[in-house]
Amino acid sequence: MKHIKTINKANLKKSAAKGGCGKCQASCQSACKTSCTVANQKCEREA
Amino acid sequence: MIHKYKLSGYNVLLDTNSGGVHIIDDLTYDMLDNVQPPFEDKCPDSIINKLSKVYDKEEIAECYNEIVSLYNDKILFAEDDYEKFALTSVASPIKAMCLHIAHDCNLRCKYCFASTGDYKEGRMLMSLETGKKAIDFLIEKSGDRKFLEVDFFGGEPTLNFEVVKQIVEYARSRESEANKKFRFTITTNGILLTDDMIEYINKEMNNVVLSIDGRKEVNDRLRVRADGSGSYDTILPKFKKLIAARGNDKDWYVRGTYTKYNLDFSNDVMHLFDQGFEQISVEPVMADPKMPYAITQADLPRIFDEYEELMKKITEVRKAGKFINFFHFMLDLDQGPCAIKRLRGCGCGNEYVAIAPNGDVYPCHQFVGIEDYKMGSLHDGSFNDELKNTFAAAHVYSKPECKKCWAKFFCSGGCNANNYIYAGDIHNAYKLSCEIQKKRLECAILMKALTMLDTAE
Ligand code: SF4
Ligand code: SF4
Repeated sequence: MKHIKTINKANLKKSAAKGGCGKCQASCQSACKTSCTVANQKCEREA
Repeated sequence: MIHKYKLSGYNVLLDTNSGGVHIIDDLTYDMLDNVQPPFEDKCPDSIINKLSKVYDKEEIAECYNEIVSLYNDKILFAEDDYEKFALTSVASPIKAMCLHIAHDCNLRCKYCFASTGDYKEGRMLMSLETGKKAIDFLIEKSGDRKFLEVDFFGGEPTLNFEVVKQIVEYARSRESEANKKFRFTITTNGILLTDDMIEYINKEMNNVVLSIDGRKEVNDRLRVRADGSGSYDTILPKFKKLIAARGNDKDWYVRGTYTKYNLDFSNDVMHLFDQGFEQISVEPVMADPKMPYAITQADLPRIFDEYEELMKKITEVRKAGKFINFFHFMLDLDQGPCAIKRLRGCGCGNEYVAIAPNGDVYPCHQFVGIEDYKMGSLHDGSFNDELKNTFAAAHVYSKPECKKCWAKFFCSGGCNANNYIYAGDIHNAYKLSCEIQKKRLECAILMKALTMLDTAE
């Protein structure tokens, strides 16, 4: 495309369909601890 | 829902519900102010007329078609249909725990949310007996979760280090029979670190968080001992030693807090990097706005500029072929966690709890000492499942501001504790932290997009 460059293969929709296993790490969002954005976490689902 | 913004000469477009990220030209940027679904087969004349004052008519028609094609591919104006998943992880097992091993501290950091270590409850160390009960409690409540996280927190955990070691030993002794694997983290201010402690931490702790604010004058203004003297010169060599001896298979990072006193905090991030720390977290102080060091709305424009500055500095470091990881710019646009995880962020009070030295259970470390949020006690076996359900139900769709926020799947609804403390309710977004969060995300998304473009080309 000329006007729009799509960067990623968006996958939130797909992830919802097979997600929610809950194996991923807990992630404090607060300044006093890690405050990593959740979006940076790894998915730990076993395939 | 879409969000578009201009940053560093780029136009960025995020499609909130699909997670799609696009770099767009000015025409697309302006057109998006004028179009939204449902779309027509070709660009309506009204839009061509409106935009043709600045842009070429053929280009306008072409651009419209591109937008429609992405819409048809469901990566633009994608529908928000995740609310039905908001209920799926209700009543999750508990998989992470923060152990307040010492409500005491050897520093008197002026901004400490724990009231210089004792959480307003008096100085106290956790006993081994309470620590063991906490491990038993976690195992019991963890259902089928195999990996359990335990964070030794304080106050300052090294003030009760023998108990830390004994709790680790106890937890390890239960691993195989309970079919669990513990991952330990310790957070320390570094003052008391000895060579033996460093060796122990590097062997047993999967993660270690080293508190330091950055430049000496910045650190020593707020991170002071009881006599007012600064901590920088004591902790820096110890942290360096710890990192040097740490295996590559284990995590660590330095974490600092910036305040009104160092709104030029990109210099602190770079200072830490220059000292050899490449895993860095530096975060805004969250404090009563009356405090002299507190960040307020008026500081936001300055803070936004500083994040842009930091983005430039980090990009330069990487261009020079060096590694630096600033936690709050870290983002995975392709393989991040599933949408369901993103509805509920930290999981406090539901998947995560904190244990006070006396064995009281709270939703997380920041709620410790707030009586209304006490969930139970390890000693009498009480546990308030109703309160746990309240936290399980605190997801982005039950928080009015989050529901309509473009950042909801990156931010996951912010910090419940800050919402409660500064906005009166765990469901009310704390605006100041939202503004900062959104700016960081804008920077992070652009940085990531540019790296992905580079690799693609
Ligand atoms: S409520 Fe806030 S401080 Fe507590 S775990 Fe969640 S993000 Fe962290
Ligand atoms: S906490 Fe603020 S930034 Fe985060 S999703 Fe809610 S409204 Fe958006």
